[in-house]
Amino acid sequence: MNNTNTDVIQGTLDMLILKTLSLEPMHGFGIARRIEQITQNVFKVNAGSLLTALQRLERNGWLDSEWRVTENSRRAKIYRLTTAGRKQLQSEAADWQRRSDAISRLLKAQA
Amino acid sequence: MSIARQLVRGLRNLLRRKYADEDIADEVDSFFAEAKAAFEARGLTAHDAARAARIRVGSTTALREQVRSYGWENLVSGMLQEMRYTLRRLRATPGFTLVSIGTLALGLGATTAIFSVINGVLLKPLPYAHPEQLVSLWMTAPGVKIEDLNMGPSVYFTMADDSRAFQAVSIWTSGTTSITGNGQPEQVSAIFASHELLPILGVKPQLGRLFTAADDDPKGTRTVMLSDGYWRSHFGGDHSVLGRRLLIEGNPVSIIGLLPPSFQFMDQKADLLIPLRFDPAKTNLGVFSYLGVGRLKPGVTLKQADADLARMLPLVLQRFPPPAGYTVKMFEDARIAPNFRLLKDDLVGDIGNMLWVLMATVGIVLLIACANVANLLLVRAETRQQELAIRAALGAAWTRIARELLFESVTLGLVGGVVGLGLSWTALKLLLASDLVRLPRAHNIHIDAWVLLFAMATSITVSVLFGLIPVARYGKPHIADALRGGGRSMSPSRDRHRVRSLLVVVQVALALILLVTSGLMIRTFRNLHDVDPGFTNPAQIQTVRIAIPDEQVKEPERVMRMEQAMLAKISAINGVRSASITSSVTMGGYEANDPVYAEDKSYREGTLAPLRRFKWIAPGYFKTMGQRMLAGRDLTWAEIDNQRPVALVSENTAREMWGSPQAAIGKRIRVNLKDDWCEVIGVVSDEHTDGVDKKAPTIVYWPLFQKKFEAAPVNVQRSVAFVIRTPRAGSLSFRDELRNAIWSIDANLPLANVETVEALYNRSLARTSFTLIMLAIAGGMALLLGIVGIYGVISYSVSQRTREIGIRLALGAPIAQVTTAFVRSGLILSAIGCACGLVAALVLAPLMRSLLFSVSPSDPLTYVAMAVALIFAAALASYLPARRATKIDPVEALRAE
Repeated sequence: MNNTNTDVIQGTLDMLILKTLSLEPMHGFGIARRIEQITQNVFKVNAGSLLTALQRLERNGWLDSEWRVTENSRRAKIYRLTTAGRKQLQSEAADWQRRSDAISRLLKAQA
Repeated sequence: MSIARQLVRGLRNLLRRKYADEDIADEVDSFFAEAKAAFEARGLTAHDAARAARIRVGSTTALREQVRSYGWENLVSGMLQEMRYTLRRLRATPGFTLVSIGTLALGLGATTAIFSVINGVLLKPLPYAHPEQLVSLWMTAPGVKIEDLNMGPSVYFTMADDSRAFQAVSIWTSGTTSITGNGQPEQVSAIFASHELLPILGVKPQLGRLFTAADDDPKGTRTVMLSDGYWRSHFGGDHSVLGRRLLIEGNPVSIIGLLPPSFQFMDQKADLLIPLRFDPAKTNLGVFSYLGVGRLKPGVTLKQADADLARMLPLVLQRFPPPAGYTVKMFEDARIAPNFRLLKDDLVGDIGNMLWVLMATVGIVLLIACANVANLLLVRAETRQQELAIRAALGAAWTRIARELLFESVTLGLVGGVVGLGLSWTALKLLLASDLVRLPRAHNIHIDAWVLLFAMATSITVSVLFGLIPVARYGKPHIADALRGGGRSMSPSRDRHRVRSLLVVVQVALALILLVTSGLMIRTFRNLHDVDPGFTNPAQIQTVRIAIPDEQVKEPERVMRMEQAMLAKISAINGVRSASITSSVTMGGYEANDPVYAEDKSYREGTLAPLRRFKWIAPGYFKTMGQRMLAGRDLTWAEIDNQRPVALVSENTAREMWGSPQAAIGKRIRVNLKDDWCEVIGVVSDEHTDGVDKKAPTIVYWPLFQKKFEAAPVNVQRSVAFVIRTPRAGSLSFRDELRNAIWSIDANLPLANVETVEALYNRSLARTSFTLIMLAIAGGMALLLGIVGIYGVISYSVSQRTREIGIRLALGAPIAQVTTAFVRSGLILSAIGCACGLVAALVLAPLMRSLLFSVSPSDPLTYVAMAVALIFAAALASYLPARRATKIDPVEALRAE
């Protein structure tokens, strides 16, 4: 294993989950795997943080969940983005974009 | 939406924890299964895949716990769990629990009760719009030594016309009046006021109209408004009452309106509201015997209002003539000046000081109670020390242990608060039902939201306060110490006792403060009882007041004859020793003051002589009341019948004017330049008619029937009280006979003030008695709690040192020496406490100076006596448990542990 930091940037886990679920409904491990795949293992998602975040997001009304049998005939809790969740994702993404642009500009700044 | 979901999910989890837990466990398992499947899909064996998944996911148990801990309901369920645990532990020690709750309930109940009185009487605003604009129109006249000068019609008319500071002013008074024509004559209470009163207060009639200036016109028709209560009791709530007539003092008066049920004004009981019909044309500068109330214009201050009246007072003197026999110069010399105060301050008066003293007192009782409970909690925590240490050693966070200890004390505090609330509710009911003390605004005293808030805040504050003491002591257990032997093999160290000893010292000090204050009240009460009030054996003096109105009997001579005839009938009643007539019974109110000139003194042209209190009497008055004749003789009936110019004076009047009672005899006095000179024929002992605690006024006694008095050709008293000395005073049968005797002369006269002089006397002592009782209860409680505290500490230290005592006894220590050691430690604690308490009492007692009567707030006798009593009690409280130590059998003691 290398020493690269794979922690999810603080405060962005919610956005990552919402974004992943905007692609399609999936279960907890599916979300973790998808985040790791898409970010090419830049972020590794901790199971505890993920499941707690799912509880929180669901309580906030951004996700709905439902126990379903998956294609490989195992039971899993499938999460789906709600309309409110979609709105939340848009605002969080826009916010993130604004801030990361600002940071990039600052880092590129030259004397 | 999301808040609703939060609530619903949280509640669902609370109620169905198991279901929620299963859901989380299932999800964690499924997460693990998916992870394992993913590793298998990469080609690992089932075994390796499980291993890899476990590394990836971590402990499923920890994971479940982590997910589960999300949500507000966890906080609640944690609290609930802790509460259940706390309750179970409290139930396990019912003795401790009951004692602590009882102690706290007493302290909190007393505090809550007094607070609700303060809240109702002092803090709540008056029930009118913008009460801060309402002002009582008092004045002052330093030139004639009148501190509080009432309102007079001349000042009222001037203010009504010319005031710039007020929206409106009204002149009013309260009293009784008689209603006839409906069966038995009836004496009803009434407020007499100029028409502005209700608009000033912002009161609207529930039926009919308000008074207007026309109703104040003495030539207009007579009108009246009824109170809701009178309307319901006498007219059955009939709406057609408007326009009907009442016969008030013989005059037909038409009803024009009904006051709202909520109407109240200055605590006056009023059945009727009757216009004061002054004629400006006949008004002169005299009769300062009314009250005034005004509403300031918005933003105007009391000072500006004072300045406004100061500007108008010279106008008053220009516009109105002086009464006969007076000059304008006399009024100028009186130096009349405004002395306005807020209506609420006027209503509440000086009761505030007493109430705050009581509040401080019960606050101290509460502190002592808390110290006691803290002590009990310390013992309790000490016995749990080992358990706490083990839990700490196993990794329990100290915050958690502290929270648990605090939880216990807050639970005790809250339960104590609730029980205390019940106690204070009962106490208030008793207090208001009794006529122990007449509190202003008493009908405002309720347990309302503010009182509840106060009770809750106090309960929580004090329980956190006394709960923190054991927390500070044991919250962070010294694990090694505690585990080593749990204090079993050693006698307790000095340090372990320090906190509890400190608490006892504080308790003793606080108890001494309360004992000293109640001691001072006892001295005050005794001093008041030693004052000769101006009557003897008041339980045997019956009073009854009648008034013969102008409309019924016009001629003064006939009024006098009627009163005489009634007195004869009354004297003939079985059991009457003596009876007489007076214009005002001692301590019964009805005061009149006027200047008195002596023939042998010279007065500067046009100046006013010192004011004297006036009373009009019939022969036998002093004998009936029990006042001593110091010089001269009593009045005779012949002198009354012939309207002879004679007078009697009180001892202090005689001494002030002529130096001695004997010197007064034969001197001549008068009130008015146009009057006859009246010869002083007797001097009697002083009477404290304004109350036992007030200076006896200088009084002049005039015959009931006079001529050429105060510029009037004939003077008779139409409102008089009979005073009757009889062992039957106060009994119902005697009242009936009394009524029959009076009604046999005139059946149209209502009777008022049917009571004994003892009732008047008790009323004048009421405030002192009430304060004394409250302070004595508080002092007693404090003493008891303090003693229990000392007893507890000594007794606990005996039980802790059983082994040591056993060894000492086994080695041959004399029993007396062991006992003495314990008593001495108890005495040392109480001596330190007493010393602190004495200092604190010296500082605090002056705050209650206004409640004391001829005793200094630093009265040495009280201080020494109370300190000695407390130390004696403390010695006893330490001796009792110490004696137990001597009963210890050394063999048993050593074997015991």
